[in-house]
Amino acid sequence: MASRRPDAPSKHQIQLVVNGEPTEVLFAPHKTLLEVLREDLGLTGTKHGCELGECGTCAVLLDGTPVLSCLVLARACDGAIVDTVESMADGPALHPLQEAFADLGAAQCGYCTPGFLVTAKALLETNPSPSRDDIKDALAGNLCRCTGYLKIYEAVELAAAKMRGEQVEPSDESIYGRQ
Amino acid sequence: MADSKTLEQATPAVAVPREAPAEQALRIIGTPQRKVDAAAKVTGQTAFADDIELPRMLYAKLLRSTAPHARIRHIDTSKAVTLEGVKAVITGKDVPIPFGILPVSQDEHTLCPDTVRFVGDPVAAVAATSEEIATAALDLIDVEYEPLETIATPEQAVRTSEPRIHDYGPTGNIHKLIDLEFGDIEEGFADADHVREDYFFYGGNTHLAIEQHAAVASWSPADKLTLWSSTQTPHYVHRAAAKVLELPASRVRVIACPNGGGFGGKSDPFNHEIAVAKLSMITGRPVKITLTREEVFYCHRGRHPTLMWVKSGVTKDGRITGMHFKTLLDGGAYGSYGVASAYYTGALQTVTYHVDRYKFQGARAFTNKPPCGPKRGHGTPQPRFGLEIHIDKLAEDLGKDPADMRLEHLVPPDSVTANYLKIGSMGLGTCIRKVVDGAAWRDKFRKLPYGRGVGLACSSYISGAGLPIYWNNMPHSGVQLKLDRGGGVTVFCGSTDIGQGSDSVLAYIVAEVLGVEVADIQVVTADTDLTPVDLGSYSSRVTLMSGNAALQAAERAREIVAGHAARKLDVPVDRVSFAENRVFDVEHPDTGLTFAEAVQVAEAADGTIGTIGSYTPPRSPGRYRGAGVGPSPAYSYSAAIAEVEVDPSSGIVVVPRIWIAHDVGQSINPVTVMGQVEGSIYMGLGEALMEEMVYRANRNLVHRIPSMLDYKSPTTLEMCDVVTYLIEDPDPNGPYGAKEVGQGPLLPVPPAIANAIYDAVGVRVDEVPMTPEKVLKAIKAKAEGKEGRYGPTSFPDVAWPEPIRVPTPWEGGDGKAAAAEGQGGSAADGPSPASEERQH
Repeated sequence: MASRRPDAPSKHQIQLVVNGEPTEVLFAPHKTLLEVLREDLGLTGTKHGCELGECGTCAVLLDGTPVLSCLVLARACDGAIVDTVESMADGPALHPLQEAFADLGAAQCGYCTPGFLVTAKALLETNPSPSRDDIKDALAGNLCRCTGYLKIYEAVELAAAKMRGEQVEPSDESIYGRQ
Repeated sequence: MADSKTLEQATPAVAVPREAPAEQALRIIGTPQRKVDAAAKVTGQTAFADDIELPRMLYAKLLRSTAPHARIRHIDTSKAVTLEGVKAVITGKDVPIPFGILPVSQDEHTLCPDTVRFVGDPVAAVAATSEEIATAALDLIDVEYEPLETIATPEQAVRTSEPRIHDYGPTGNIHKLIDLEFGDIEEGFADADHVREDYFFYGGNTHLAIEQHAAVASWSPADKLTLWSSTQTPHYVHRAAAKVLELPASRVRVIACPNGGGFGGKSDPFNHEIAVAKLSMITGRPVKITLTREEVFYCHRGRHPTLMWVKSGVTKDGRITGMHFKTLLDGGAYGSYGVASAYYTGALQTVTYHVDRYKFQGARAFTNKPPCGPKRGHGTPQPRFGLEIHIDKLAEDLGKDPADMRLEHLVPPDSVTANYLKIGSMGLGTCIRKVVDGAAWRDKFRKLPYGRGVGLACSSYISGAGLPIYWNNMPHSGVQLKLDRGGGVTVFCGSTDIGQGSDSVLAYIVAEVLGVEVADIQVVTADTDLTPVDLGSYSSRVTLMSGNAALQAAERAREIVAGHAARKLDVPVDRVSFAENRVFDVEHPDTGLTFAEAVQVAEAADGTIGTIGSYTPPRSPGRYRGAGVGPSPAYSYSAAIAEVEVDPSSGIVVVPRIWIAHDVGQSINPVTVMGQVEGSIYMGLGEALMEEMVYRANRNLVHRIPSMLDYKSPTTLEMCDVVTYLIEDPDPNGPYGAKEVGQGPLLPVPPAIANAIYDAVGVRVDEVPMTPEKVLKAIKAKAEGKEGRYGPTSFPDVAWPEPIRVPTPWEGGDGKAAAAEGQGGSAADGPSPASEERQH
């Protein structure tokens, strides 16, 4: 798509599995995984806040582990499995984390949300019953300026409980405040 | 869409207080709902400005000044234009017309034509086939600067008359001077049993929205420009773009994309927006720009660093006989909202505690740093910090509990303050009692062990500015409603969703009135071609103003549909009710039509069904010059108690928990209200403890920390627990009684923490941010027998103008300045677009 600088080296090609689909992509060799996802694969669900590894907004799962895609060179991802926020819903059915984020207002502006969602998904896959401190630790690399994180914690806890098969609803205090 | 009958009905009128439809309980308002855009946001489908890709799109970069203050001797772009892939290079001469958010401060240029005023000021713009090529082209542009003396601080600005950063303003490098006196202040101090003075400083901090600003412009061969932008104020961008590009506003379409956070940082028209528009007009191709995080720090418009002095007189029987407040604001390099910001540092001191006499002197200075502007709370967190600590100190002087002291002084509801602000509902007393009980204040205050403490502070904020930014007598918010024969309803409104949920508020209100589900409502917002004007997402105005406009439009639609349904059902119209997507006879609920059928009956009779609604705030009683800042249809109130743990060996302050009670009038959706309260607490916590814009005075005044790594903001590991109480004291001016919630709850946080630090370790940190270094210095000073305090100790001499003297309401004043005063009087009555008293 974008033109090359006259002195730019040839494009690089890799194969990877993106959101479950085997994918081949050709890109300028200096590009990060973030840029290849957004610009070359059209997966704009992954956002960016600094492109310097400071905010966690661009988090994706690389072979199941959250990484900052702005710090990963795409050419190092040959053969990798990459999952973005676009992979979370099961067809039209939202992932329990997505349901909980929507129900509790854990996504306000929604810009940091994809990074939080994939990071929380990785947490729940390794720890189905995280404590509040486990959640804080797992999400400490993701900045959110809207929510103050509290609704995000509650959403992760709610989703975790539902994924464990428990019948739970958000508490009245989290929705209406303390009486 | 709207027929002539409904157009007449929409003639702008003064606010009409409205009640919820009386015949039925509310189904949607006040109950938790998903936001209308929630599914898109959790699936990554929301298209932010940088997500837009258009065929043949070019990418723009700005060359920014490396000098803090200099004349541009020469710019040579000849090498840059020859680089393969570069399609256009422009400089200041290509876009010579200035702009600015306020009519009185048209001091910005798309690209600096002759003078740069801070490191980061743009001087040239490039459009190329890739961002890489555009960036490479910047390196090929040669700029020769002739350095000018750099003004680093407002204190320096006050004493430096030449060189001037701008050639306007009262004198030298002063941008604005304000001197207002309500009642005789010296008489107030003479009446007092006790008088005290305090100095405070509130450091500058920034919005740090996670989304970097981005804009896409597309010029069509049909001579029309479309500009997509991450802006909170598409209407003001529309005006600025038309002006600078010399296009009829009717040929410019501005679309505000969903904002990835705003907080006031996307409220000005910005040079990058105009630059991509110009580049698109030159190249005939779409042009996109996305700022780097570093550039976002240069755009700034964040919290003004503010030095403050306050002197108050109090009596033992619980009166504040006089209060004198002085502020000095570091405005940075441009005007931005600064005139309004300066007024706001003196406007709202009077709306929480009754003050017999009030004097305010405010000064805003230009310095060679990124411009300051509106950040969440706009101009009021700084004085609120000073005032709430000052009250805490006064309470201690008088031997009173700070909670009791505040309760003694509450402004009564339905009253007018010394500076002529009209108070409606006022729930602060309830708020204070809630947090005092919830936090077990009486068991903790002055009773916790050394190192632990509690502090209380309160606040208030406007629910929308009472006056528009540019003088006009049109509505502040407009809504058009289209009823579809399939039963769908589309709401068109210029309001901009920046994450606060304003799109959802429109849908909830219309669904409530028409008895349909939220999912049946389509919302089209923030598009100057498609939607009636709403002034923008600032001053916490949107729920109240666009909500009232939506309510009016929906009630008109309901009336039309009810009339036709009544005829069809052969029942009196006052028996027609709307619920569960049906229009029916309340006495025989089985007799009815579906909502879609009812719309079809109406459409068959009347033609296309559409209505409109408008909202204009009530007129404020203030008539003096400067009375335009502070009035609002309704004031929210908050009280907060912070608990802190202070490590006396390091000065590190940890905040485990904050209790907050917020008087929101009525929650439209309690989930989003809770989110606004918690988000405000979070942002206040960051400002209180760590966030700060710092510049290196000895190194070209460069920004020390233009990155998210070094600009410290709270992560999950620093965020405190929050216990929230929503106080619902409905205000007659709000839709269903709703008041603001997006900004007010931030305000009490920094002073509550400061007061808690004093309770914990007995030292005063009268300066924000309260970093460990400052806390430790105060603790050490106290240990050495000196005053246990960190903060400013003086206020520079400012050449204040002759005050505008306004008798208070209880002195028989009528809101006008006293006759002796030259320029006041009826100034606020004059429709002068250039007079700042009209700006919010």
